[in-house]
Amino acid sequence: MSTIEASPEVGHDEHGHDHDHPPFLAHHFDTPEQQFDSGKLGIWLFLVTEVLFFSGMFCAYAIFRALRPEVFEGCSQFLNTKLGAINTGVLLFSSLTMAWAVRCSQLEQHKGLVGTLAATLSCAMIFLGVKAIEYSHKFGMGLLPAGLFFYDPSNPHPTEHPPYLAYICAPFALALAGVLIWLVVSAVSGNKFQFAIAKPLSVVCLCFFVGVGLGTVLESGEESADHIDVHADPNGLATAPVMEQAEKTMAAEAAPAIAASGAMVAVDETVLKILAKDPANVGVVSSQNALEQQTAAAGTSTVTGDGEILGAITTTEVDVMTPTTAGVFFSIYYCMTGIHAIHILAGIGVLVWLLVRAVRQDFNRQYFGPVDYVGLYWHLVDLIWIYLFPLLYLIR
Amino acid sequence: MSAGSLPSGSQVKDPGYPTPSENYLTNSKGILSWLFTLDHKRIGVMYLIGVTVAFGVAGLLALMIRLHLFQPDGMIFKGEEANNWYNQVFTLHGAIMVFLFIIPSVPAALGNFLVPVMLGAKDVAFPRLNLCSFYLWVFGALFFVSALCASGLDTGWTFYTPYSTTTDSSVILATSGAFILGFSSIFTGLNFIVTINTMRPPGMTWFRMPLFLWATYATSIIQVLATPVLGITLLLLIAERTMHIGIFDPEYNGDPVTFQHFFWFYSHPAVYIMILPAFGIISDLISVHSHKRIFGYRFIAYSSIAIALLGFLVWGHHMFTAGMSSLTTIIFSALTFTVSVPSAIKVFNWLATMYKGSISLTTPMCYALSFIFLFTIGGLTGLHLGTLATDMHLHDTYFVVAHFHYVMVGGTLVAFLGGVFHWWPKMFGKMYSEAGGRLSALLVFAGFNLTFLPQFILGSRGMPRRYATYDPEFAALHQMSTWGSMLLGFGLLVALVVLLRSLKSGKRAPANPWGGATLEWECTSPPPFYNFERAPSVGDPYDFSDLEWDAEDERYVKVEPAREIVPEEQPEAEPVHADDSK
Ligand code: HEM
Ligand SMILES: [Cu+2]
Repeated sequence: MSTIEASPEVGHDEHGHDHDHPPFLAHHFDTPEQQFDSGKLGIWLFLVTEVLFFSGMFCAYAIFRALRPEVFEGCSQFLNTKLGAINTGVLLFSSLTMAWAVRCSQLEQHKGLVGTLAATLSCAMIFLGVKAIEYSHKFGMGLLPAGLFFYDPSNPHPTEHPPYLAYICAPFALALAGVLIWLVVSAVSGNKFQFAIAKPLSVVCLCFFVGVGLGTVLESGEESADHIDVHADPNGLATAPVMEQAEKTMAAEAAPAIAASGAMVAVDETVLKILAKDPANVGVVSSQNALEQQTAAAGTSTVTGDGEILGAITTTEVDVMTPTTAGVFFSIYYCMTGIHAIHILAGIGVLVWLLVRAVRQDFNRQYFGPVDYVGLYWHLVDLIWIYLFPLLYLIR
Repeated sequence: MSAGSLPSGSQVKDPGYPTPSENYLTNSKGILSWLFTLDHKRIGVMYLIGVTVAFGVAGLLALMIRLHLFQPDGMIFKGEEANNWYNQVFTLHGAIMVFLFIIPSVPAALGNFLVPVMLGAKDVAFPRLNLCSFYLWVFGALFFVSALCASGLDTGWTFYTPYSTTTDSSVILATSGAFILGFSSIFTGLNFIVTINTMRPPGMTWFRMPLFLWATYATSIIQVLATPVLGITLLLLIAERTMHIGIFDPEYNGDPVTFQHFFWFYSHPAVYIMILPAFGIISDLISVHSHKRIFGYRFIAYSSIAIALLGFLVWGHHMFTAGMSSLTTIIFSALTFTVSVPSAIKVFNWLATMYKGSISLTTPMCYALSFIFLFTIGGLTGLHLGTLATDMHLHDTYFVVAHFHYVMVGGTLVAFLGGVFHWWPKMFGKMYSEAGGRLSALLVFAGFNLTFLPQFILGSRGMPRRYATYDPEFAALHQMSTWGSMLLGFGLLVALVVLLRSLKSGKRAPANPWGGATLEWECTSPPPFYNFERAPSVGDPYDFSDLEWDAEDERYVKVEPAREIVPEEQPEAEPVHADDSK
């Protein structure tokens, strides 16, 4: 009993600091479990903020799609579903390798960890490579955010535009060159550790160009049929090429039930026509009787739809249905996919950091937190794309 | 409590004073040891300096505004550009005060210092992230300064579109600054949530946490849930200005009111980021300086969380006149009323805590009392604004200006000052002049009311906000307000001088100068760099029964009553049966 008095005063001085403090345990944590739980809660909270961050844009998407469904559906035609689908697959696969990496780190399979991390990184790079093709193609066509939008249907592929693809590829080419030099230098100087890092990284950097190649092949397959003839007709009336093209696109993307989609084609056609910045069309939209004229030309149901929307959203402006309207779709497209791409880039950054630590064999049964946290982040980035893909590419 | 002498025979527990090599202020030297420190206490101190500088700058701008309004046609800014100048000055005043001062003031400056110490922990969960938040704050501040130096900013702190997409002042710089500051705030909040969740010492259950920690926890939830939305909103605004994405810009068929929704979805919860930590401070201050257990602990704790959650549902009350449907406005109005209930619960609990307490009118207590008074006025006038019919008249008038200054200055700033005075001895190990401190509290209280009470009248008579000139009929009230602001400024200056003087000539502070029972009073003043040798034993944070005033050393000490040897009755010298056996 009398020991109670003594205990608060003595015996706690040197305690608690040195015993059982493994090197990976930060000084302010008591146990590895506490450290792991803190990190886990931290990353989950961070993911919550990320979701909220994107939710702002999903809100914007919902608002503007509700206001202008026909613009969204029409503009979505300009996105290449094949490339989007490939990218979705690539990201899904990278989630698999990431989950695998977490497992490897828990099982102390150091080689496997390096391999799976490198595979994840490679997928990320392929994704970016394909994205580079998509972006540069659209930049070239002038399919840009509202204020910069200069798409001209009579000349959809202007030849003299800056080499956007080269601009996007340049930093990656530099990175590749840097890594290759590093690879050679570390091999020559016999620095095993650096060599072990540079080897997977050079594959990773190469993968960007694999993505670019893949994108080019798929994009050019579509090129010839791609929206070229659609707007050639100055009156924007339902003409043979339009139908042909629309059906081609549909067929190419294996959309089911083409036969029943006559109405849909008409919608698309109307929208594409509306997008066309020809004077006839502006006139059509701006005045009531012109609207009727259009009704006669393109089928009652669709245009009444347009007319309603017109009346609903714009009371003052007359030039609503100009290409700048389509710009809203591309604004949202660029904002969402752009910020998603930035997240991929950030993910690449932390994955490289993990790769270095994996080569150093930092992780073990007790300490695999960072791999786990990055894994969660990577799955989220993946998940966001899973939502972006159908919302942007598959709405027609 | 203040009995004077300690009961004899009792065991006194007091940690004494730190040695210079333990003291967190002196344990390592040189400017770099501060700039790269991972010690949450030093980061807290750096924040304290930072927010004080920001407050000083924005405060001077405020005095300029008030001086300008001394005359109906404007006293300071003259000529063609007068309105322009006026717009820029009030915008910068508001933006700096909100983003650089009030939001980080209590959570980042005091919170950083106090949260781990109150938890008996060695540091926050992520010390490096913590330092990173501080530097994000610095970067954000630099962006603001560069906006000031570039072409100013004249949109008001709310950056409303469509004006913000068309004005040619430096909206992009300023919003980038606010974006970065948002991340600073998110990281701080994230850090605190994790720290409080995973690093509580054994024995500290959720309901044994000091209320300051509850408030910080609720604040952090808002920071994490609301700030990302501000981030994306500002990002879209930047994109709007650089690329004309057309989301907010009517020229491209965007919808400017969408911006208001996005903005207030963050910024109404953000006003609770500002006030909740103040509630936490006041709960602790009132209880400690009344030397009485806090009344309704659970109610105060839960009401913090309730405010945090309800605060997300009322943003529309800033937009009653923006053209929402009447059903929406009615719903928002009704929800606005619900959010005032938890605030009122707190006020009543504080009053009940003081009732029959033995109140010491120390400087922190003076600030706490003026907080209760001023916040009550601010909160009640919020109800006028939340009522649809009256808000139609009062919206965008000086009534709103007075309302939010009562809650933000009368509430948060006064609580912040109270908190700084309360924890100053702990932070720097020095006692300040009590007389000076009380004088500052009085001056601030008087100056504040003189400045902002007239603005309620001005607003209800129809004086619109954000105007550089006004009808001569308003002159008298405006002049009162200007005189008041001078007094308020003087009071704040006195507070600053009192605190700074204490650093040079103040008496050495004991570990527990006020008689607080929370853990921070159980380590030395200032705390050693490791806070606690080992996790301290956790008691009831509002149980003052074992704290006694030690008049000799002017400190409170933990007293354990003289212990008697067990069992109570001493056995007789010779066992009774001894005789028998012999
Ligand atoms: C107690 C409950 C509160 C209620 C019912 C309330 C209600 C309102 C309402 C309805 C408005 C809009 C007035 C208008 O623009 O017409 C408003 C404005 C404002 N409130 Fe509150 N409020 C409360 C507490 C707070 C707190 C605690 C703070 C900050 C610490 C705060 C800060 C502000 C600010 C800054 C504005 C003006 C924003 C601007 O337009 O620049 N309010 N309040
Ligand atoms: Cu509000």
